[in-house]
Amino acid sequence: MATATASRFTFRKPSVIPGFGLTFGLTLTWLCLIVLLPLSALFLKTSELSFDRLMVIMSNARTLHALQISFGLSLAAAAINLVFGGLVVWVLVRYDFPFKRVVDAVIDIPFALPTAVAGIALTTLYAENGWIGSLLAPLGVQVSFTPLGILVALVFIGLPFVVRTVQPVLADLDAELEDAAASLGATRGQTIWRVVLPTIWPALLTGFAMAFARAVGEYGSVIFIAGNLPGVSEIAPLLIVIRLEEFRYADATAIASVMLLASFVLLFIINRLQHWAESRGGRGR
Amino acid sequence: MSIDVVNITKTYKGFTALDAVNLHIPTGELVALLGPSGSGKTTLLRIIAGLEWPDSGEVRFDGADALNRSVGERNVGFVFQHYALFRHMSVFENVAFGLRVRKGADKLPEAAIRAKVSELLALVQIDWLADRYPAQLSGGQRQRVALARALAISPRILLLDEPFGALDAKVRKELRRWLRQLHEELPVTSVLVTHDQEEALELADRVVVMGKGRIEQIGTPGEVYETPATAFVHDFIGESLSLPADVRGGRLFLGERAIALDSQGASEGPARLLARPHEVDLADPAQAPFFGKVLAVRTFGPIRRADIQIVVPSGHVVVEAAVPFGEGLEIGSQVGLVPRRYRVFGAQA
Repeated sequence: MATATASRFTFRKPSVIPGFGLTFGLTLTWLCLIVLLPLSALFLKTSELSFDRLMVIMSNARTLHALQISFGLSLAAAAINLVFGGLVVWVLVRYDFPFKRVVDAVIDIPFALPTAVAGIALTTLYAENGWIGSLLAPLGVQVSFTPLGILVALVFIGLPFVVRTVQPVLADLDAELEDAAASLGATRGQTIWRVVLPTIWPALLTGFAMAFARAVGEYGSVIFIAGNLPGVSEIAPLLIVIRLEEFRYADATAIASVMLLASFVLLFIINRLQHWAESRGGRGR
Repeated sequence: MSIDVVNITKTYKGFTALDAVNLHIPTGELVALLGPSGSGKTTLLRIIAGLEWPDSGEVRFDGADALNRSVGERNVGFVFQHYALFRHMSVFENVAFGLRVRKGADKLPEAAIRAKVSELLALVQIDWLADRYPAQLSGGQRQRVALARALAISPRILLLDEPFGALDAKVRKELRRWLRQLHEELPVTSVLVTHDQEEALELADRVVVMGKGRIEQIGTPGEVYETPATAFVHDFIGESLSLPADVRGGRLFLGERAIALDSQGASEGPARLLARPHEVDLADPAQAPFFGKVLAVRTFGPIRRADIQIVVPSGHVVVEAAVPFGEGLEIGSQVGLVPRRYRVFGAQA
């Protein structure tokens, strides 16, 4: 035990804000009940499997392909949303146009729409006889019932995450920064590349992470448009449901655990990147 | 480089920010645009810089039209009120920005950029901060970085928008002297926007007093203080003691009582008599042109001031007069006021 000197360990730093004990206790309880308990049950169930059995499940070609589809397409969808979401934010923040409020509200629809409805609507549009699908079919491009269809659905549901995280940050960006860059002789392109983008970069990364996390877990909209061919257009969440229906609970939880770990690692990396970008800029002007 | 502003008008949605403004700034001068907020001084500065465009009028640099050149092509250094530093760049990179964005033949080799930035950081006395980020600097240091960054493009014109507005009084005073020195050393014409008259009077070669989108007076600091052209300038610069009066037949009246003071040729009708508090003597109420009741006497350091309530036709006004030391002034007593120097302006002036 440490002696009562200046270096004594204190769990809580002195603060004028009261109620630390109560709120911290509630926070921990809530977090345990809502997040940690279900997750630990998941890992507990997975631990019923022997290591060899786990390896067999995970090295199964169908499982590997489903994970590859889920993570690969989610990253691709988040990247697409990063670019086009960024563009949408730029237009919404920087320009005034008629029905701007309406456009702004439309962005939120993927948040609110039941995912199954979104899936069915997208499938109908992109099917070979649908409005968009019929235009693409002569070009030899098939969207519905292919991995491309999954990508479309994931882009759809991820867009608002990028827009809503970046929008307030860009709106707060000091217009004087761009004036300053222009007065120093920078072209518009240089100003955006060297001044605007680095400033909103942490927010863009957050939006990317959220769109990615949402896409990895997405189920409802994808299963309608994907076609769900094993080894072609089957996503990992669907495979989990299939395994459950086959009463192979341990298999299902094993895939879920791997997804969870992979997501956690990816999100952690993005989080560190974002932290690094933020600390480089510091706060204040 | 000289600057000419010819008949510049600028309106925002019905609000006239600048109303046919004319101004000539000779090469090498340091001019202060002084006025209350909303007087159009910042708009004028931004138009000179090329960050805004006037509705009509001309801006000329050394006689050549500047309006057809963009802000980047005008080669003016602009220092913003809130510094506008790039917070994701170190101090060094902030200053180097203007050199790094150059293209083609103007592009400098890395070694030349390093040398130039080091020289500028030494000039603004913060070479030891080169690797810090703006968030790690004090307000005064950030302003020095902003100035070094503006100077990096070797501007012939330096524009400063309330450069010391966000700093505390002591740093402000120090930076003010230093800026004046810097202006002497560099071959620039400087225009400074401020609402702080002390700053303008101390720093500038000439002061341009602005009010409501118009130039009220252009003159040396001495001229605008000693001989204000309009009542607005008299009120705005320095302390003023203001009394309502009437001019009738070339004579000055307070209500029905004629006052033994010169009307200074002010137009017939209602007028205002303005004087500096320290140029008003206290006297016997029976013989003074003005008299009133002493409401309060205050002392701050070497200065003593009295609030004196004077009865005028429209009720009464309270003026502040300087009280010499040794003069006992009893609260509630009557006292007379004799302005030694004063100005009379018609109500329209």
